[in-house]
Amino acid sequence: MVNQSVQTARGAVRRRALFERLIYLGPGLTYLFIFLLLPLLLVLSYAFFQRGRFGGIEYEFTLDNFTRAFDPIYIDVLLDSVVIAGITTVLALLLGYPTAYVIAGLPKKWRTIALVLVVLPFWTNFLIRTYAWIVLLNSEGPVNSGLVGIGIVDEPISMLYTKPAVIVGLLYAYLPLMILPLYSSIERLDDEIGEAAANLGAGPVRRFFSITWPLTLPGVITGCIFVFVPSLGNFIVPELLGGGKTVMVGNLIRDQFLKARDWPFGAVLALAVIAFLVLLFVVQAWSSRRLEGSDVGSRVDA
Amino acid sequence: MSFRSAQSGNLVNSGNRGNSVNRGKSPATKTVSWVAVALATGMVLAACGGSDDEPSAAATLDPEADLSQQSLVVSNWAGYMPEDLPKRFTKEFGADVEVAEHATNEEIVAKLTAGGDSGIDVAFVSGQFAQALAEQDLVEPIDETLIPNLENLYPEATELAYDPGNQISVPYAWGTTGLCYREDLTGFAPTSWNDLLNPKPELENKTTMMATERWLMLPAQKALGFSVNTQDEEEMNQVRDQLIDTKPTLLAYDDTTFYERLISGEASLVQAWDGWCNYGIAEDDRIKFVVPEEGSDLWTDTMVVLKTSENKEAAHAFINYILDPKIHTWVVENILYKVPNQAAMEAVDPALIADFPNLGMTPAELLEQEALVDLGEAAPLYTQIATEVTASN
Repeated sequence: MVNQSVQTARGAVRRRALFERLIYLGPGLTYLFIFLLLPLLLVLSYAFFQRGRFGGIEYEFTLDNFTRAFDPIYIDVLLDSVVIAGITTVLALLLGYPTAYVIAGLPKKWRTIALVLVVLPFWTNFLIRTYAWIVLLNSEGPVNSGLVGIGIVDEPISMLYTKPAVIVGLLYAYLPLMILPLYSSIERLDDEIGEAAANLGAGPVRRFFSITWPLTLPGVITGCIFVFVPSLGNFIVPELLGGGKTVMVGNLIRDQFLKARDWPFGAVLALAVIAFLVLLFVVQAWSSRRLEGSDVGSRVDA
Repeated sequence: MSFRSAQSGNLVNSGNRGNSVNRGKSPATKTVSWVAVALATGMVLAACGGSDDEPSAAATLDPEADLSQQSLVVSNWAGYMPEDLPKRFTKEFGADVEVAEHATNEEIVAKLTAGGDSGIDVAFVSGQFAQALAEQDLVEPIDETLIPNLENLYPEATELAYDPGNQISVPYAWGTTGLCYREDLTGFAPTSWNDLLNPKPELENKTTMMATERWLMLPAQKALGFSVNTQDEEEMNQVRDQLIDTKPTLLAYDDTTFYERLISGEASLVQAWDGWCNYGIAEDDRIKFVVPEEGSDLWTDTMVVLKTSENKEAAHAFINYILDPKIHTWVVENILYKVPNQAAMEAVDPALIADFPNLGMTPAELLEQEALVDLGEAAPLYTQIATEVTASN
């Protein structure tokens, strides 16, 4: 008797919990369905049809768009983009980790100020920030006239409209997205683990690589994804700072839709990027689950 | 606030734990039904909206139509017509004018071909795009009786290759593409497209070309002796090879700010439209413009009336108003582009033409250049080659 009523009570609780969840998730799910899933399905369906003469779609089934995507030139652009986004991510990590580490170690008041400073650039429009780099880096700009003035170089060096300029622009744009997850990961570290390791004789390098780094790896992975994904798809920075001479996959997709009016092929390229990113997320999910698994294991051992 | 965004980094991680455990069937199904309701509501609303529309029947335009009952949406390039023009038109004819802006032909064509009513009555597009839109049956034939000012046009401007007889479009401005340069930086006066394509070593990293497909191809097409409208794959392969060779010598590809680069001295020699070179000349009189000896294109920007427009009489009146020499002369004097309007060009202050010599090009001189026409089925070839060139390393 008692058991049964407990069970019905549990059932009611569970049902209510379900209902609550639905209320909380409903708006978000609806939004995602209408503005993410449906458009994605639309893009997917475009990929199988022919290009309309003036843009749009001609509803004649074809797989040509997919075979075209394997043309070396498009593969090269994709690989190029992956390399550029990859270098950006690595540099962001190298710059972001120490920054986040220092911020996490600051007294609480200063921490807040430092974090505000990290996100401060977001208060200015992205285009304006990118244009600022054009002003800085061009051959008649302050960086070059400074270098010439000091006598480090005789003639202005061409920094703008090169791949490194694109990487600098992307790095600048997305560095905060690396610092923030790293910070929250590092900030949660339990100091006592490090102290215990020090008591047992581990030096600072050993402590970093055996304790700090593995425990902050989830933050590292999140930060890397946050930087890599938007870098890969960016088309404004390569256009402005690359002077149109560097084509990334984002430019390619944009051009297919807006310039070439070849929606089906644009759809295939977009899908290729999505597929690549999904793969990346699967790897990320898998590796962070493994990390958390080993985390639990070590706690049990202790 | 910053703390919250810091935490959102973690949410992504924690989201991977233990989701999908409790995601029973019913929430998803319910969501779907909610969406279905939402969609259905949307459709009903759309249907209601549609029923208000009168079936826009055959376009017999009424010359006596009361224009004050009409209103216009005009899409033009930013800064390409007098800013107070809409107000002046409204004052004179009563029809409200709203201006939409587009950055490129491609952008406005994408808008107009997206299906349904774009809401635009008059669009400014280049001739070859007007031609393409007409083939799609998207533009209204021009009713000459409603545009008496058509007689102001040069005779040459009524026989342009993309639309002989101006049946579906009315020319607004025309010109050509050439080299815009600062002789004090180049040290010589360029005469050939090869000065841009195969620049002297001292000009490397000091030149820009346009990246918009037709104009990207143009210098190589002309230098190699081909038509700007060629559809021959072999010829286009040669064009591609030349452009790939040229790419490492360029400072950048630039469709919009090339004249600023000349002013700042960042570039010495750029591919430019005549009118945009004038923007440079206006700031720095050391800047000069030349049409290379191999020839160039004749581009025309036109006005078209959309089939979907419900204000076609007002649209025609608007075009007629622009062809009024008072207005069209303003265009020349302020936008610094040539217009195909004889009455307007003759009213231009000669001092202005002395300052901007390319404004003085005669229609005959312009017509020596090759008119751009729509590429039709060859368009993907141009796109492919443009990609190969800009993506080359």
